[in-house]
Amino acid sequence: MFGKLSLDSIPFHEPIIMVTVAAIAFGAATVVGLLTYFRKWGYLWREWITSIDHKKLGIMYFLVALVMLIRGFADAIMMRTQQAIAAGGAEGYLPPHHYDQIFTAHGVIMIFFVAMPMVIGLMNLVVPLQIGARDVAFPFMNNLSFWLTAAGVVLVNLSLFVGEFAKTGWLAYAPLSGIKYSPDVGVDYWIWALQISGIGTTLTGINFFVTILKMRTKGMTMFRMPIFTWTSLCANVLIIASFPILTVTIALLTLDRYLGFHFFTNDMGGNMMMYVNLIWAWGHPEVYILILPAFGVFSEVIATFTKKRLFGYKTMVWATVAITILSFVVWLHHFFTMGAGANVNAFFGITTMIIAIPTGVKIFNWLFTMYRGRIQFTSPVLWTIGFIITFTLGGMTGVMLAVPGANFVLHNSLFVIAHFHNVIIGGVVFGMLAGLTFWFPKAFGFTLNEKWGKRSFWCWLVGFYMAFMPLYALSFFGAMRRMQSYEPTAWQPLMIVAWVGAVIIAMGIACLVIQIVVSVKDREQNRDLTGDPWDGRTLEWAAASPPAHYNFAHLPTVSSIDAFWEMKQQPGGFKRELASKFEDIHMPKNTTEGPLMGLFSIIFGFALIWHIWWLAIVGGLGIFITFMFRIFNNDTDYYVDAAEVEKIERAYYKRLEVQV
Amino acid sequence: MLQGRKAFLHWGREMRKRNSLKYLSVMTWLGAPLLLSGCGSALMDPSGEVGQGLKSLIITAFGLMLIVVIPVIVMTILFAWKYRGTNLAAKYTPNWEHSNVIEVFVWAIPCVIILFLAILTWQTSHEYDPHKPIASDEETMTIDAVSLDWKWLFIYPEQGVASVNELAMPVDRPVHFRVTSATVMNSFMIPSLGSQIYAMAGMDNDVYLEGNEIGTYRGRSTNYSGEGFSEMLFDAHVTSEENFDAWIDEVRGSSESLTFEGNYQDLAEPSIAHPIEHFSEVPSDLYEQIVGSFHTGGESSHHAGSHADQEEQSMPMSAQAAE
Repeated sequence: MFGKLSLDSIPFHEPIIMVTVAAIAFGAATVVGLLTYFRKWGYLWREWITSIDHKKLGIMYFLVALVMLIRGFADAIMMRTQQAIAAGGAEGYLPPHHYDQIFTAHGVIMIFFVAMPMVIGLMNLVVPLQIGARDVAFPFMNNLSFWLTAAGVVLVNLSLFVGEFAKTGWLAYAPLSGIKYSPDVGVDYWIWALQISGIGTTLTGINFFVTILKMRTKGMTMFRMPIFTWTSLCANVLIIASFPILTVTIALLTLDRYLGFHFFTNDMGGNMMMYVNLIWAWGHPEVYILILPAFGVFSEVIATFTKKRLFGYKTMVWATVAITILSFVVWLHHFFTMGAGANVNAFFGITTMIIAIPTGVKIFNWLFTMYRGRIQFTSPVLWTIGFIITFTLGGMTGVMLAVPGANFVLHNSLFVIAHFHNVIIGGVVFGMLAGLTFWFPKAFGFTLNEKWGKRSFWCWLVGFYMAFMPLYALSFFGAMRRMQSYEPTAWQPLMIVAWVGAVIIAMGIACLVIQIVVSVKDREQNRDLTGDPWDGRTLEWAAASPPAHYNFAHLPTVSSIDAFWEMKQQPGGFKRELASKFEDIHMPKNTTEGPLMGLFSIIFGFALIWHIWWLAIVGGLGIFITFMFRIFNNDTDYYVDAAEVEKIERAYYKRLEVQV
Repeated sequence: MLQGRKAFLHWGREMRKRNSLKYLSVMTWLGAPLLLSGCGSALMDPSGEVGQGLKSLIITAFGLMLIVVIPVIVMTILFAWKYRGTNLAAKYTPNWEHSNVIEVFVWAIPCVIILFLAILTWQTSHEYDPHKPIASDEETMTIDAVSLDWKWLFIYPEQGVASVNELAMPVDRPVHFRVTSATVMNSFMIPSLGSQIYAMAGMDNDVYLEGNEIGTYRGRSTNYSGEGFSEMLFDAHVTSEENFDAWIDEVRGSSESLTFEGNYQDLAEPSIAHPIEHFSEVPSDLYEQIVGSFHTGGESSHHAGSHADQEEQSMPMSAQAAE
């Protein structure tokens, strides 16, 4: 009846887990209670859950990412604490059984459910506004993508208190992830959380690729697109090209685990090297999916706050395109030590280094944008400068790892850990937090508190260096990744320094939370009524903050790069005034099918994880029927009539006048 | 080409001297306890020829990149300071967005450095190819390393003995490690001696190493392999020829012997922090038997012929061939 699921699957005997579960349950009960008390369920359903508005979906992605950041960070601090203790025969407080789940969950959560939702959230919020569109190309699919991602998030979190998570490392290398060596449900949680959310990501890739290609406003040629849109376009090309590889790889592993196939087993002709190749053929482009949009954010931020055109726009675009293509021919550098011959290793080492060229060019372009500018040291600029320095160092250690000879001693060591946190924290996290601060007023109509933003930056920066520089040093003494304990007590002092670094990063996260709370509290003082709080350069700043659900009452016409900046430079400047005539606006309707399909996906995934076959059929049928219902539903769009548009616009201009 | 490489390595040695000073100053305040404890850095104070070479390679690559990294960091701080918004004396060119001269430089400098690094990479990838025998006057000996859950089995096919979690090799003599796994993927490494290589079931991988300083070094699996991974450690003794012979005699003195069908199967069962064990006698083809044991199911599929078994026994599937 319940497959493998029984009461024994709930880890009552693990105090750490039970306390966490109690805290989560308490938090959830509070939220549910408050929603009921304030009668907000209807509002939540209409305005958020069923919404197809790209701006709201963007906000929801970011919210999920921030919540999961805290979960992923909790894993991080537990690992650092364990390694700070478990030296010279001490076992620490986390047995391997628990520690191995934690480092797996940390990697999975941080990449799939923090970095990805942040990047996709920001794309959602910003891209349609930057290209002067009213929504994305496929609004229903956008809602569905979000709920599929959310389904993945729910499954990962369920693994905390029903059963266990994978003990395989975040990429679940076969044959360790095969049924023989991991007979528990952990890997199945990994499979279904990633499979479901991965399909959501693929749909997002298609959606934004089409949106950017087909929905740009009049006059916006490809080479007039803002850089963030360019980098998003390239990231989505990478999603479309690489995520299907992940889907297939996971599907093959699923066949191995569920139906006794032998794609990646040790025996019967299985080949684990195939798994490693496939997973990195997706995995390497994946890191560029994360970093390219971050590059876009820095480009927008630096041009805006230096009050200067971006240096070398075209170079920037071509560098991005070059990185996009090159990212597909470097995957083997993740496993030089597998034993390929010298020619193969040298080839992939050199292609990897070549990526450093366009990346280096980008760095110089940002520097020359600062050159002869007027830099305002807002927190997004601090994140950007912190990024340039940190990322340059991370890029350098990356090239060191790309030299196969060096890799033969550095591979699998803490050097690798230090390197990729160096580029992911210094690049993606700094970029996303800069983007959050930069576009927050666009989403909510008020700016974030600068004081707490800067405190957060300094904590993250100092914390990062304290947490990860010791790991570089330790790697030269033979310290490896994923060690639950280690013999040499001489390593312990540096492990403790790293722990202190992690605590400082925790303070950075706390500052971020305080920043949001304080900003919400003081929102009236920090209203952005004009829609253009930073004297921006691109179209999103021409819309109101927050924009009406249709974004622009009249779609703007573009005649150059930095379209909005140009409009402001015209004689007489850019005037925000009420148009004389309004038109009906064609808009998509909300959807209940998106969240429903997400819900059925959770049921489907959960049932398959626990081998509850009848429930899997229920979930699968639920997904299929809901989808059919959507397909045969013609009532998916409507017109906002001109009078309604006029009313909304009048109200906006009235607010503007009051302010002036 | 070759001269260029020599210049590189020479310059690498120069860099190393200068660098070691900087390294020291950083380490003294960050890692004083590490230095005081007297245990040197496995990678920066290696005891084998391969390790030595890779050390100067790392330092050379590091030095080459500093040529561009240091100016970038200096420029970032300098530009940020000079063009701060409050410094109205600084030049301000809001529409300046292009300069051919700068473009040429920002492309050329990374290109030149990567060109040097690419040449270095090509040469060192071949020079330090783990599959390449080490040139030496001494005869190369063979040791087979098999990763089990969670311990290492070392087979000495020439001596006909085996040991678990302990390994001895004569100083200054190249050793050909044949590496495989009888479980999930692991990676065989003795950090003080140099390169690591993956151990994979059914695959016959290899790495050549040489110990040039007598001593005992910790070796381990570097690739996460499950519950007992952290304690999947072994001792590698680099000894004089006499002591090596003595060690072999000691192993031969063990009352235990090892056969594939017999106690090997018990040994292969999972165990954590397995004690050192010696086996006085092993079949000369134990390694081949272990590798071949995973080549199952072949008869009915791709080896529809009659000699499938022998073929697989004599030609273990090579990781190298899979490139």
